[in-house]
Amino acid sequence: MNRNAWRRTAAVARKEFLHILRDTRSLVLALALPLVLLLFFGYALSLDVDRIPTLVYDQDGSPQSRTLVERFRGSRFFDILGQVDGYGEIERRIDRGEVLLGVVIGDDYSSDLAQVRPAQVQLLLDGSDSNTASIALGYAESVVQLHGLELLAEARNLKAGRTRAAAVEPRLRVWYNESLESRNYIVPGLIAVILMIIASLLTSLTIAREWESGTMEQLLSTPVRPFELALGKLSAYFVLGLADTLIAIGAGTLIFGVPLRGSLLFLFATSCVFTFGALSWGILISAVTRSQLLASQVGMVTSFLPAFLLSGFVYAIENMPAVIQVVTHIVPARYFVAMLKGIFLKGVGPAVLWTELFFLAVYGVVVFAATTRKLRQKLA
Amino acid sequence: MKAVEVDNLTKRFGQFVAVDQVSLSVEQGEIFGFLGPNGAGKSTTIRILCGLLSPTSGRATVNGFDVAAQSEQVKQNIGYMSQKFSLYDDLAVEENIEFFGGIYGVPAAEREERKRYVMRMAGLEDKGGMPTRLLPGGWKQRLALGCAVLHRPPILFLDEPTSGVDPIARREFWDLIYQFSEAGQTVFVTTHYMEEAEYCHRLALMYRGKVIALGTPQELKRQAGLPSMEQVFVEMIEREEAGA
Ligand SMILES: Nc1ncnc2c1ncn2[C@@H]1O[C@H](COP(=O)(O)OP(=O)(O)O)[C@@H](O)[C@H]1O
Ligand SMILES: [Mg+2]
Repeated sequence: MNRNAWRRTAAVARKEFLHILRDTRSLVLALALPLVLLLFFGYALSLDVDRIPTLVYDQDGSPQSRTLVERFRGSRFFDILGQVDGYGEIERRIDRGEVLLGVVIGDDYSSDLAQVRPAQVQLLLDGSDSNTASIALGYAESVVQLHGLELLAEARNLKAGRTRAAAVEPRLRVWYNESLESRNYIVPGLIAVILMIIASLLTSLTIAREWESGTMEQLLSTPVRPFELALGKLSAYFVLGLADTLIAIGAGTLIFGVPLRGSLLFLFATSCVFTFGALSWGILISAVTRSQLLASQVGMVTSFLPAFLLSGFVYAIENMPAVIQVVTHIVPARYFVAMLKGIFLKGVGPAVLWTELFFLAVYGVVVFAATTRKLRQKLA
Repeated sequence: MKAVEVDNLTKRFGQFVAVDQVSLSVEQGEIFGFLGPNGAGKSTTIRILCGLLSPTSGRATVNGFDVAAQSEQVKQNIGYMSQKFSLYDDLAVEENIEFFGGIYGVPAAEREERKRYVMRMAGLEDKGGMPTRLLPGGWKQRLALGCAVLHRPPILFLDEPTSGVDPIARREFWDLIYQFSEAGQTVFVTTHYMEEAEYCHRLALMYRGKVIALGTPQELKRQAGLPSMEQVFVEMIEREEAGA
């Protein structure tokens, strides 16, 4: 880019930034929205997981194992439908959707505890609704772990009382269904959806507004090129988009306690690439519709719905009909959701996630190029 | 070289012919008026000349550059003020000027001086920080004009620059147009105020997409044998109707 091109791009970016600052209401909305959505969906989606229908298969039948079952019974999150004596019934009732969780206590549970060996509790989960399953798993894990701590504390007390009892340090391990390896967690997915909504909401008005107010005609008569116009506008909104990204990541880790196991830097870089594509999409819509009302509606439908329904955020992609599964491949949020989950929960980096990152980058460049092309067109 | 050269220019929107085989030329430094009722095709012609619309057929050059093939060069050479007020209402006066200075590529060294010039010209020296939306109509128009001449374009296209402005502000606006013309800039201006027609060096009367008369105000009045532009205008349109 030569000097004049830079100058023009910078002028557009600066002007667009001033628009953002002047429009206080939208600015506040843009910054508050991630938090509001995160709280709203975070709770709305987790509140409905309550009184999880649970079956218990207690092979041990010891006082120790009965105590553990009591802990489950005492939690408001579990509804113990009954005790069974075999895997078969748990499997059947999970298949029929009557039961979400099976708690299996092995016959060596109390003897393991007594001999200071790690005692194991098996949790069987219905993984078809991975979202609910992951929450149920979280609750079940915490019940088991709490009980483990309880036993540990008891053992320590005994030691302090010098009763010569051997130190009991049970390590309870959780087993779960293979299919749950790909379980979804809410918050990382939610961050993707929120960024997609905000980015296209923010930008979908920007060009339409210029068409409606007549300033677009003025701009087209000046030497400013479509590429410079799109890039200038994008840079201004990019700043806002990144602020939203930070707010969403911050709220996710601090308020919802999502562990960030991967690199923060890689997470941020990924978010930048995704935000670039999402912002470009909004600008493209704005350039095509030339109307603020239409742009905001199209923006909502084309960003929110696919990001919400087809990204694997709420509904697991592998459970969708084949045709829909194919469609999800063109939803950028799908790749971002996968990346967020990978970075947050598995702590993986570019070595594992490069295909997703590559797709997001290609998506951004293609949409940006389409926007530039669209802006090149004349008035009529 | 002529400032503007239009040769058999036609623009259709579907079946509708908005500009019908228009030919004309404008000299450097001339104030050229485009007179005609609403819907005559004045704005459409100007938009083609500014590279905003492509002509259906015919040819036009602005400062020697073809409007269809060389629109980038055309845009470097013109200042355009569209029919609709088109500055940013939410930006301050100065911010609008700075923005247009930036996209017209005014060199950094000149930018401050050009900004002061425009503010003086528009009579807004002490209102730089005022939101543009709060300016009265006449000031807005002059600010828009100022933004369109920041880069000293050789040719100015003004589309009904004085519509909806009171007569005194109109007069002041025309003083500015004269200043540009004296400085050698060409001004191509549309209007439907008859008194403004008299201010132009040369005029084209446009009606239903066609140029039905072309000449200096004096020539047009003498040819028609009528004392005022208003009467000439009505007479020409009646003749055109009878002929059609
Ligand atoms: N983009 C367009 N599509 C269809 N018709 C148009 C378009 N622009 C202008 N017109 C029509 O062309 C005619 C001339 O319009 P215009 O050039 O704006 O006239 P004027 O500026 O002389 O009032 C009008 O009838 C108008 O409705
Ligand atoms: Mg007009």
